[in-house]
Amino acid sequence: MQYPANKQVIILNPKSDHLRMDPHKFALWLFLGTTFMLFAALTSAYIVKKGDGNWLDYELPQALWYSTALILVSSAAMHWAYRAASRDKTEHVKIGILSTLVLGVGFLGMQYYSWAGLVAQNVYFVGNPAGSFLYVFTGLHGLHLVSGIIFLAVVSVNAFRMKIHSGRLRQIEMCATYWHFLGILWVYLFVFLLMNH
Amino acid sequence: MAPEAQATLHEADAHGRDHEHEHHEDSFIRKYIFCTDHKMIAKQFLITGIFWAVIGGALSLIFRLQLGFPEMDLAWLQPVLGKWITAQGKLDPEFYLALVTMHGTIMVFFVLTAGLSGTFSNLLIPLQIGARDMASGFMNMLSYWLFFVSSVIMFGSMFVEAGPAGGGWVIYPPLSALPQAIKGSGLGMTLWLVSMVFFIASSLIGSINYISTVINMRTRGMKFSRLPLTIWAFFLTAIVGILSFPVLFAAALLLVFDRSFGTSFYLSEIYIGGEALPNVGGSPLLFQHLFWFLGHPEVYIVLLPALGITSEIIATNARKPIFGYKAMIGSMMGIAFLSFVVWAHHMFVSGMNPFLGSIFMLLTLIIAVPSAVKVFNYLTTLWRGNLVFTPAMLFSIGLLSFFISGGLTGIFLGNSAIDVQLHDTYFVVAHFHLVMGSAAFFGMVAGVYHWFPKLYGRMMDKKLGYLHFWITFIGAYMVFFPMHYIGIAGFPRRYYSFTNFDAFSSFADLNSFVSVAAVATVGVQFIFLFNFFYSMYRGRRAPKNPWRSNTLEWTTPVNPGHGNWEGEIPAVHRWPYDYSKPGASEDFIPQNVPLSETPESNLPHEKKALESKKK
Repeated sequence: MQYPANKQVIILNPKSDHLRMDPHKFALWLFLGTTFMLFAALTSAYIVKKGDGNWLDYELPQALWYSTALILVSSAAMHWAYRAASRDKTEHVKIGILSTLVLGVGFLGMQYYSWAGLVAQNVYFVGNPAGSFLYVFTGLHGLHLVSGIIFLAVVSVNAFRMKIHSGRLRQIEMCATYWHFLGILWVYLFVFLLMNH
Repeated sequence: MAPEAQATLHEADAHGRDHEHEHHEDSFIRKYIFCTDHKMIAKQFLITGIFWAVIGGALSLIFRLQLGFPEMDLAWLQPVLGKWITAQGKLDPEFYLALVTMHGTIMVFFVLTAGLSGTFSNLLIPLQIGARDMASGFMNMLSYWLFFVSSVIMFGSMFVEAGPAGGGWVIYPPLSALPQAIKGSGLGMTLWLVSMVFFIASSLIGSINYISTVINMRTRGMKFSRLPLTIWAFFLTAIVGILSFPVLFAAALLLVFDRSFGTSFYLSEIYIGGEALPNVGGSPLLFQHLFWFLGHPEVYIVLLPALGITSEIIATNARKPIFGYKAMIGSMMGIAFLSFVVWAHHMFVSGMNPFLGSIFMLLTLIIAVPSAVKVFNYLTTLWRGNLVFTPAMLFSIGLLSFFISGGLTGIFLGNSAIDVQLHDTYFVVAHFHLVMGSAAFFGMVAGVYHWFPKLYGRMMDKKLGYLHFWITFIGAYMVFFPMHYIGIAGFPRRYYSFTNFDAFSSFADLNSFVSVAAVATVGVQFIFLFNFFYSMYRGRRAPKNPWRSNTLEWTTPVNPGHGNWEGEIPAVHRWPYDYSKPGASEDFIPQNVPLSETPESNLPHEKKALESKKK
C-alpha cells in the first residue's frame, strides 16, 4: 500500500533514545570530508612530484597574501553575521552577509590577479607541473568558492526577506560552516605552498 | 496512522477517481522512475547492475574465445561486432584491449560497486535499522540518476568510431593520456573519464546518505552494538568510499588536463614516431599512486558488503549466533583501515624505492590477520550448526571458499620479491577473480536469493537455485584455478595472443579448457536470470518471515509500502543473533521481542538488566 506524503510519515517516527544529528548538517560535514580528501590527494601528489625532481622554481605571486587576508576577514564577517542572527539583529545580519559576499568576490578577483602574476613570470597552466599545480589548486578552490558565493547569495536573499533569525538558524549556520571550511582550506593550501616551495 | 494522514489519503483517493487516467500516469513516473522510496531505488540499482553484468560477462566470453581458440573463425560475430572482426574472421587486436578494459571497468564499478552496494545498502539500511526511508530520499534518487547518466555514457562509448577505452581499467598514462597512442585512447577514453566523473558523484552522494542514515535514523534501542553485521559492513564501505573516491577524482582530473589542455602532470620526455612531445616534468608514477589510493580501497568497497551479507545469511541459516560478533566488526574496521595503507603493493615493479616496497609488503601481509579472523568466525559459526541449505546459504559458503582460496594467493602476491615474477601475469588475474570477483559476485547473488522475498514479495525457485549454485561454483573454479598455473608459467595478462611464443604452446590446451568452462559458467547465469524474472511475477507468494530470521526487515508487511511499517516502527530490545538460544521455545527471537517476554531464555546479565530497569 502507498503511505501518505513524507510529512505525516515523519510524525509517525517514534522518538529515538540515542545520538541524532540534523541530517542536513551532517551530510554537509561529510561533503566537506570528500572535498578535503580531494585536496589532500592533490597536495600529496604535489609532494610526490616535487620529490621526483625536474621541478620548476618560481616566486609565489604577492597577490596570494592579499587574497588570504581577504578570506580571513570574510570569515570574521560571516561569524559576525551568524552571531547577529542568533541575537535577532536583522540589520547586522544583512550587513554581515553582504560584506562576506563582497569580500568573497574580492578574494576570487585577487586569485585571478595572482594568475597574472604567474604569467608575468612565464609560468603557465601548460608547462612544468610545478606551475600547473598552482593553477589547479587555486582554480579548483575557486570553483568551490563560487558555490559558496551562490550559497551566500541565497542566504542574503533570505536575510532581506527577514527569514533568518534566532528561530531559523539552520541555513545561515550551514552557510557559515561551509564558508569557514573554504577559508581554512585556502589557508591550508597557502601554508602548504609556502612550506613546499 | 495519524488522523491528518488519513484525511490526505482520502482526499487523494477522491481526486484520483475524478482524473483516473492522469493520476495513474503521474504515479507511474513517481513510482518507477523518479522515485524516492529506498526500496524502489534498490531495485533500480539491481536491474541496472544485472544489465551491466550481462554486458560484462558477454565481453569476457569474446576475449576468452580469442585466448582459448586463437585460430577460430569469428566471422559469425560480425553481425554484432561489425568492423572489429577483420576480413579474415579474426578479432581486431586493439578491440581486444578495449574488451578487457571494458570488462574490468564494468565489473568492478558498475556491477560490484553500484550493483552490490547500491542495491543492498539502499534496501537493507532503512529496513534493518528501523527507519521509514533514507536520510534524504532526494539525494538517494539523485545518486541513482547520476549512476544512470554514467551508465548511458559508458554504454555509448562502446559504439563510437574508434571504439571504447583500451588502456586497461587502471588507465595508466602515458598510454591513456595520448590519443595518438592507440585507438582506445581517443574519444572512448574521454567518454570513460566523463562517465567516471558521474559515477564518482553518484557513489559519493550515495555514501553520504548511507552514513547519515545509519548514524541518525536508527529506531529506539538500535545501538551500534545491536546493528546487524550487514549494516556494519555497508557503513564501513561508505566511509571507505567517501575517503577514496575523491582521490580517484583528483587523478582523473589531472589526466583530463593532460589529455585535453596539454599539461604535463603525468607526461615527460616522450617520443612518438621519432618526434619529441613538448611535455616535460611529469611523472606517470604519480598517477599510479593516486589511482591505487582509490584502487585498493575499491577492492574492499566491493568485498565488504558481500562479507556483511554473508555474515547475516550464514548466521540465519546455521541457526546459530554469529561467532565473534565484536571480532567481526573489529576485523572489518581493521580491513577498512589497512586498505588505505597498502596501495603501493600494486607498484612493486613500477620503479619504486625497494625500502618503501618492504614497508608496503609488511602492511599488506598484516591484512591476512583480520581476514583470517573473519574466515575462522564463519567456520566456527557453521561448526555444529543446524544448517539449512537454502540457495543463499550455499552461495554464502561458496563465497567463504573463494575468500580462502583467493586470499591465500594474496599472501604470495603481497611479497615484493615474488611479485617480480608474478606481477601482471595470469596468477594475478586468478587471485583477484577468486577473492574479489567471484567472492563479491557470490555475495551479491546470495543477497538476491535471500532478500528476494522482501524485494518482490515472492520466493525464487529453490531447485533452479541449487542447479545455478553447483554449476557456477564448480565452473568458477574451473575457470580461475588453472589460471594460477598459466600465470606461474609466465603468461602476461592483456596479451592478444600467445601463438608466437613456442614456450607457451604447451599451455594452449589449458587455455582452451578455461574458455570452455567460462562459456558454461556464464551460460548458467541465464538460469538465474530466468528464475529471477519468472519468480518476480509467478513465484510462490512469500510468507512474512520465510527464513525465520531475527532482523527488523521481516517485521514489515510482505510488500512494504513507502514508509515500510504500517503502524509504529518496532523498537529493538536485543542483538540480531539470538538463534537457538537455550530455553527458548523457538530457535529464533526477533530483535523487537522485549526481554520481559522471554524470561525462560534470558541470560544472567540480561536478567540483571531487566531487573535494574524495573527499579
